[in-house]
Amino acid sequence: MEHIVIIGNGISGVTAARHIRKKSDKKITLVSAETKYFFSRTALMYIYMGHMKFEHTQPYENWFWDKNKIDLKEGFVNKINTDKKTLEFKDTSTLTYDKLIIATGSKPNKFGWPGQDLKGVMGMYHKQDLENLEKYAPNNKKCKRAVIVGGGLIGIELAEMLRSRNIPVTFLVREASFWNGVLPAQESEMINKHIKEHHIDLRLSTNLKEIKSDENGHVKSVILEETGEEILCNVVGLTAGVSPNIDFIKESKIDTKRGVLVNRFLETNMNDVYAIGDCAEQHEAIGQRRNIEAVWYTGRMMGETLAQTICGNKTEYKPGHWFNSAKFLDIEYQTYGWVFSERNKKDNEVYFQWQHPKDNKCITISYDTNSNLFLGINTFGIRMRHEIFDKWLTEKKSVEYVLEYLADANFDPEFYKLHEAEIVTKFNKEKGKNIQLKKKSWKRIFSKDV
Amino acid sequence: MKIIQKVGLIIFLIGLSIFTASIFTGSFNLTQTELDTFISEKGYKSEILKEELSKAIVTGESLNIFQFSAKVRNAFKTSNNHYDALISKYNSEKNWTEKGKQYQYKISGKPHSLSYALAKKSGKGFIKENQGLAWFLTFGLGIIGALMFIVPNVIILGPSGIKNDGVFLEAATNRGWIGWFAFIFLVTFYILLYFKPDLIVNWVYLVDPISIFISKKAASQWFLYGFLYCVVMTVMAVRMYIKYRHNKYQILRTTSVLFFQIVFAFLIPEILVRFEKPWYDFKNAFPLDYDFFFKWNLNELLANGTFGLFILIWGVILTIVVVPVMVYFFGKRWYCSWVCGCGGLAETLGDPYRQLSSKTLLSWRVERIVIHSVLIFVLVMTGFALYTFFSGASELIGIKTQIIQDIYGFLIGSIFAGVIGTGFYPIFGNRVWCRFGCPLAAYLGFIQRFKSRFRITTNGGQCISCGNCSTYCEQGIDVRSYAQKGENIVRSSCVGCGICSAVCPRGVLKLENGPENGRINPTEILLGNDVDLMNFLNKK
Repeated sequence: MEHIVIIGNGISGVTAARHIRKKSDKKITLVSAETKYFFSRTALMYIYMGHMKFEHTQPYENWFWDKNKIDLKEGFVNKINTDKKTLEFKDTSTLTYDKLIIATGSKPNKFGWPGQDLKGVMGMYHKQDLENLEKYAPNNKKCKRAVIVGGGLIGIELAEMLRSRNIPVTFLVREASFWNGVLPAQESEMINKHIKEHHIDLRLSTNLKEIKSDENGHVKSVILEETGEEILCNVVGLTAGVSPNIDFIKESKIDTKRGVLVNRFLETNMNDVYAIGDCAEQHEAIGQRRNIEAVWYTGRMMGETLAQTICGNKTEYKPGHWFNSAKFLDIEYQTYGWVFSERNKKDNEVYFQWQHPKDNKCITISYDTNSNLFLGINTFGIRMRHEIFDKWLTEKKSVEYVLEYLADANFDPEFYKLHEAEIVTKFNKEKGKNIQLKKKSWKRIFSKDV
Repeated sequence: MKIIQKVGLIIFLIGLSIFTASIFTGSFNLTQTELDTFISEKGYKSEILKEELSKAIVTGESLNIFQFSAKVRNAFKTSNNHYDALISKYNSEKNWTEKGKQYQYKISGKPHSLSYALAKKSGKGFIKENQGLAWFLTFGLGIIGALMFIVPNVIILGPSGIKNDGVFLEAATNRGWIGWFAFIFLVTFYILLYFKPDLIVNWVYLVDPISIFISKKAASQWFLYGFLYCVVMTVMAVRMYIKYRHNKYQILRTTSVLFFQIVFAFLIPEILVRFEKPWYDFKNAFPLDYDFFFKWNLNELLANGTFGLFILIWGVILTIVVVPVMVYFFGKRWYCSWVCGCGGLAETLGDPYRQLSSKTLLSWRVERIVIHSVLIFVLVMTGFALYTFFSGASELIGIKTQIIQDIYGFLIGSIFAGVIGTGFYPIFGNRVWCRFGCPLAAYLGFIQRFKSRFRITTNGGQCISCGNCSTYCEQGIDVRSYAQKGENIVRSSCVGCGICSAVCPRGVLKLENGPENGRINPTEILLGNDVDLMNFLNKK
């Protein structure tokens, strides 16, 4: 029986394992050094905040793996020997494979800041980081202030976590406005404001110079690059992005750059070795995507795709229309298609934007200025239907069409106040159009024919 | 703000302590005339009972309720034992005439009920004599304290949004010592209410003035329960309004259950009583209302002319037309989390405990076995009841209808629905009864699962498997297991509370009523991944 070994039991590896099991009776071994059982990494924050216990973050009960004959091996892989098709573990045990899937995910970036390895300095990525945080920041008596370095999605989540225990937080963001490399200014500014609403000391255009130690090798303070100001703190969170977790592969014959290099079939340069998820790096970007995509959904999609290939139906990785979501404290964010920030958008891409006068709600629709082709939407505080936007993107609808049928796309809970009428009115006024908003239609929403 | 909360908590605990301590106050005894009137009103013919009661409770001695109860129950037993002895004596002598005569002297009902009826007439003391003041010191302080504890959350919780911080870190909501304490308190309360009402007669005094105002009759322990139910729901609804103030679905739903509880389950029935009509809750549908087809109820309704007949017809239509039609259009939520009293308490008082329900596959199996067994039980029992009503025979195939009814009333009506259903909130979550026991929920569940427009739509491929939905599902549905596969959630047990959708950080879930077609949608590959789907379809 062919033995499939998967290094990493995150969403990519587990999805691959599940789909391989659905289609075959191959022997499957999932290897992990982090935890025995799969858990949802995105939910780690909720454990610290007390919304959930660790067991709740595990999507499958513990008997699931045995029942589906997926072997779990706990261990840290030191070396991959592709000639002998063998993994060598830190504890000197070995495991041979017929096909190997590398799904080792990411690790937090550290940029060589002085003091970055002190006690109390941590990322927020692994389960061990969570345990560290519980140790160094159990409450606001032990941790009088925390400083977070890096204004991305993990940074704001870490800030939310710490605030849930009333720990004062200083949030250092390199950019002039939160996440404005990705978000248009309207959204980015709304988030800035919301961060401050949550009593987080947001410092924009601010860089870390160094982390200072006390006499016990524990964080004492940070020094800011721009002003030299010293901020006393007990915990420093480093959340300046992630990069592929592939140090142990560098010695092997598998080609790597920042990540493990793969082709569109997720194959590496070595026979029977594949890489998926955060650690995989495409030789060439797919569409407007980045070569490395550290996103839950793409990890899952790569797992689904590779399972096809492994089970004999060789399948190219063809991610569909881009989508993503996040939550910034109390504000939900979804995006479908491409909306680039002012910094990164091309000249033909223009925005239509709407913002609620009071509530934390806004949208940005990006479209082609020449053809009026709808390119994508960012929606904050309003939920929208994935299927509808996916369909509209496939059908290459115009921005006018999207606005006319916007009510179909709303996914907010029943009885919520709807804003489509205001949105369309604003569009008509700004663009000199006369679009009449169509009433929501179940028939259109659920029609499957594209 | 925190100080207001702390003071509120102290006031609440003082109110609760006075309420609890009031059980032990007061003295109970009767004059001979009072006792004689009582006995003749009740039509008791037992001389022994009269004698024993006179000795026991017609006394200058100041008895507390526990001594009083013991003495009355003792008299009850002495009397019944005496006549039982005579019955078996005449039986062995084959003296059927004498044996037959003895039965009229036996006291029916439960000893605690007799004790309650006497105690209600005979109490003296602070509570009885200062009902208004005592009400304020118990209910009043409780309400004021609870509101002082709850309302400051408008500010303390910060900007509106999902606020589940610390739920699993606190003793009250994570089966800590406060949870266990609440559990013991609630279970004790239900045992006293159902089985030893005489011991809480002082609590009934507290609500006498309110009962007299509404129905012109002194309160019973059931009026006390109804009133307490409304008070608890109202106070905890305030908590819901604050916690979910950004979520209009929750606000409207909370208002609806509160309205139906106060108006339909409490005020209308009591007002009916005022006008000498049968006590009836117009929204309480069979088979949750399990004694609707009992002989005594049918007789009472038929004895009440047109109005009784109207109730009878409404009760039948409610169950066989209104309930299924509404479930077809809106799912069982229209009843379970918008109208029902049990649901109402679960969604207000029980909301802090929703995360404690078990999500394992095993508990789902147990749930299906138990809830459907109760449904079969209630249907069989109703079959017996109707047979008894129409034929007049008290038994069928050698089984007495009364015995089945008594067993159901005790095991399901009292122990399961009350003691376990509500008492176990702090341990097993807030929908123990609705999930494992309620026969109406089982009936609605069939319709919801097989013939309804209701579903929880999963938003394409947006799920990140975080588990908030499953954790906060009071019905123990593993919502995530569907959402992460891109499948809609169509489950018979879903009561449509909407919390899974509320707590989802990625906007993945929406409760909605739409076309039946495509409601259940198993998917192979999630939306977002352009694996050649035609290829898939061709292979299948």
